[in-house]
Amino acid sequence: MDKNERIDLAEWVTKQILQNGADQATVAISNSRSVDVSYRDKKIENLQESTQNSLSIDIYANKKYSGHSTSDLRKESLTKFIKQAVAGTKYLTEDEFRQLPEPKYYPKKLDVDLQLKDEKYSKIEAQDRVKIAADIENAAKIGNDLIVSVSSEYSDSIYEDVLMQSNGFVGESSSTFFSAGAEVTVKDKDGGRPSDWYYASSRFYNDLPQSEFLGKAAANRALAKIGQKKIESGQYTMLVENRAASRLLSVFFGAMSARSIQQKSSFLDGYLGKKIASEKLTVIDDPFIVKGFGSRLFDGEGLAANKRVLIDKGVLQQYFVDNYYGRKAGMEPNSGSRSNILLENGSKKSDELIKNIKKGIMVNSFLGGNSNSTTGDFSFGIVGRLIENGELTIPINEMNISGNAKELWNQLSEIGADPYPYSSVQMPSLVFEGINFSGK
Amino acid sequence: MGQKISRRAFLEKGGKGLVATAFIPTFLGSDIDKVFAKAMGTDMKLQDYFNRFNVDEKTINDVMAAALSKGADYCDLFFEHTIGNYIGLEDKAVNKAYSNISYGVGIRVLKGDQTGYSFTEEITPEAMKLAAKTAANIASGSGSFNPVKFKRSELADYYSIKTSWEQVGIDKKIPYLQQINEKVFNEDKRIIKSNIWFNDESRYILIATSEGVIQYDYQPMGQISVSCNAEQNGKREQNYFDLSGRRGIEFFTPANIDRLAKESVRRTVELFEAVKPDAGEMPVILAAGSSGILLHEAIGHGMEADFNRKNISIFADKINKPVAENFVSIVDDGTNPNVRGSINVDDEGNPTEKTFLVKDGIMKSYLHDRISAKYYNVNSTGSGRRESFRCYPLPRMRNTYMLPGPHSKEEIIKSVKNGIYAESFTNGQVYIGAGDFTFYVKSGYLVEDGKLTKPIKDINIIGNGPKVLADVVMVGDDLKMAEGGWTCGKNGQSVPVSMGLPTVKVSKITVGGVKS
Repeated sequence: MDKNERIDLAEWVTKQILQNGADQATVAISNSRSVDVSYRDKKIENLQESTQNSLSIDIYANKKYSGHSTSDLRKESLTKFIKQAVAGTKYLTEDEFRQLPEPKYYPKKLDVDLQLKDEKYSKIEAQDRVKIAADIENAAKIGNDLIVSVSSEYSDSIYEDVLMQSNGFVGESSSTFFSAGAEVTVKDKDGGRPSDWYYASSRFYNDLPQSEFLGKAAANRALAKIGQKKIESGQYTMLVENRAASRLLSVFFGAMSARSIQQKSSFLDGYLGKKIASEKLTVIDDPFIVKGFGSRLFDGEGLAANKRVLIDKGVLQQYFVDNYYGRKAGMEPNSGSRSNILLENGSKKSDELIKNIKKGIMVNSFLGGNSNSTTGDFSFGIVGRLIENGELTIPINEMNISGNAKELWNQLSEIGADPYPYSSVQMPSLVFEGINFSGK
Repeated sequence: MGQKISRRAFLEKGGKGLVATAFIPTFLGSDIDKVFAKAMGTDMKLQDYFNRFNVDEKTINDVMAAALSKGADYCDLFFEHTIGNYIGLEDKAVNKAYSNISYGVGIRVLKGDQTGYSFTEEITPEAMKLAAKTAANIASGSGSFNPVKFKRSELADYYSIKTSWEQVGIDKKIPYLQQINEKVFNEDKRIIKSNIWFNDESRYILIATSEGVIQYDYQPMGQISVSCNAEQNGKREQNYFDLSGRRGIEFFTPANIDRLAKESVRRTVELFEAVKPDAGEMPVILAAGSSGILLHEAIGHGMEADFNRKNISIFADKINKPVAENFVSIVDDGTNPNVRGSINVDDEGNPTEKTFLVKDGIMKSYLHDRISAKYYNVNSTGSGRRESFRCYPLPRMRNTYMLPGPHSKEEIIKSVKNGIYAESFTNGQVYIGAGDFTFYVKSGYLVEDGKLTKPIKDINIIGNGPKVLADVVMVGDDLKMAEGGWTCGKNGQSVPVSMGLPTVKVSKITVGGVKS
């Protein structure tokens, strides 16, 4: 489906919804194509290639609301789909807050190029993809007989969509996405088979790191886990590696939505303008980063994107307010979802941070665990390395950290200079003082 | 059905906009050609499935010829039509509803253990052949295919329901939510919010293989979830309770509606009294029921044969070796009547079964799909499952549980001087190779001097699969299956599962408490 066909279909669907008796409608249509190659033992393991279509609609009829999606885009199917969807909506209870956003929140300017789509996409050949996966696998087998398995992978996709709001907004977007890397498993003396991964992703094909680097990085990370063990419970300085750190910030995010405020399930209710973290913490939501994974001009409801400071020197500045819960809670909508998350970075790289830690644990990944958005309590499993007198020593596993988000973030003592580049949440390394780890 | 849903309450709360009409959508029923829409649910035969997907034996054979045109060994076609409905209550009103239709066919081509895969949402001969040719690229030579005559073997039916979900109108479901909501607020004055969801799903699948196997299945699912928020002296707590299974609407009896309300409130308000246990290693008693999450994480994933074939599971090389006390037997079972993880047939066309992972303490069998069964030269255990037609199948769990053992719940509790009793859970995770696994305890109790004392909340438990299995020192005689809506994720694919456990004592495991 090309751009014009998508818009024509969206217009036709909108008309059908309104003709069936709705007052307002949202129609979103997306088309995507993705290819995924995984490689092991010097041959392709899986080769997957598909095109996907999706249509979703929101119906607003006499203050009643429902939302629907389908992958069956045949017009005869859609006619029936829409008719049933509108008819079913009538059985719901009226809700005065169910209306499309006010048009003043839609973006005025849509001709900004955030460089999210690589025009080279259509020129990538099947053998290019396979070669990357094969080269990564080869690089990961670095002649170490402790490596028992390497799985490498390359994938790319192109995504195009249109969003149409019946009260006056049409927005389009298109983007490409590339990802490559490997997972490596090694054999430990006690029979365990620890594994680790290194994947990189990018908006542009040429921005992917070298295959050689990706394979070796995955292998080295896995090899570093050999001999991992549980150590004594106690208080340690905690250094969280950049790629793992978003997990800790997510405890705040869940509680910052207008929905959780309105539904009284947020430990940050009443904390706007108040201190919730160490003053070292400044969190920014920036939708306009060139080639960013979360970059956009408008969100899923058509609300114009804005750069916003969420937490300023430890003080909570904004909630994530979508259209519906904004109306319900009496708050101005500012987008209920995040785009790219950035922290105000520090000046030290990870190895310099390590040097200053006497007795600490570097957390390389969190395993399981959860948090409670109503109270802020959390408990996570961890895998990492012990830090003794400024040096990384033994690999550790099978330990937990537990506490409350507000207390934890007040213990933040330093922020690294190394934002993680392969995610929309670009966390740097973080240092927390006096964290209780439970182990032996 | 026989439920007594209060008509009065219904009209009072949500009936205002009700229009009298003969046409009551289910929210979305089947959107296939009206001619065939009469065939629904369990009554459908092979021809009804052909009609639903607008295919016949010849078309399927033609697509297979395209799939095998480059010289692969095998191919299969997986047709799926899934209709999901969700109705939600918030702030005392049933004011939102969602539905989703997933319709398409996945084409898988195998050459040895290599997989080519493609799918299409347009079930036309042209679109299917195009997808088949894409998947065919896993091979690079040429091949031919002689059309096969498809044969179907009869399947047992583990989840026959009275009325297919496609025939249950939205007006029939709304009163359940209203009634639960009223009960929740009547149950305890501290309740300030409730969120209630009614989900149902009809999944129709048709599988045809190049070896001539054809199978179909109607897989229904029903679920009601109740989440409550309560406030006491300026403090707030939230918790939930849900019931889910391969069930029809007849499952939501007055007794179950009552339980949904009472249990969700009990679990929420009890958190006001809850404390955090000490941190570190201690004995853990797992309550009968959803504590089966221990098995899912500690052993289940590690027994999925793809991980063993690739030598990346901590259980690789452990078959026929002792891994636990001789009173420990663990199964993964697709045959439990109406349980969420049950399947009549897997997504590769193999009938389901009850597979012993561990029998009397000895490790017995992995969970196999087609590829791993060939690799190990055994029969498939009917464990090849996939999220949808957009994904290729992988070895997956169904309902994983431990068989009853020799101890009583009372003697197990009595045997612990200082530890915890874990009762409800939200999630778990495992590193398959290292064997480290975790599960998150939402609520439970401290055990002090052989008695359950204060409630506990929000702690993660972390252990190592083989070590914890060996540390199962007591197994109760009170096996219970989990009742909630568990979903298992692997390689980005989600499938419904369940689990179960009798009361079990693990001698020591690391608990994520607050003090060290």
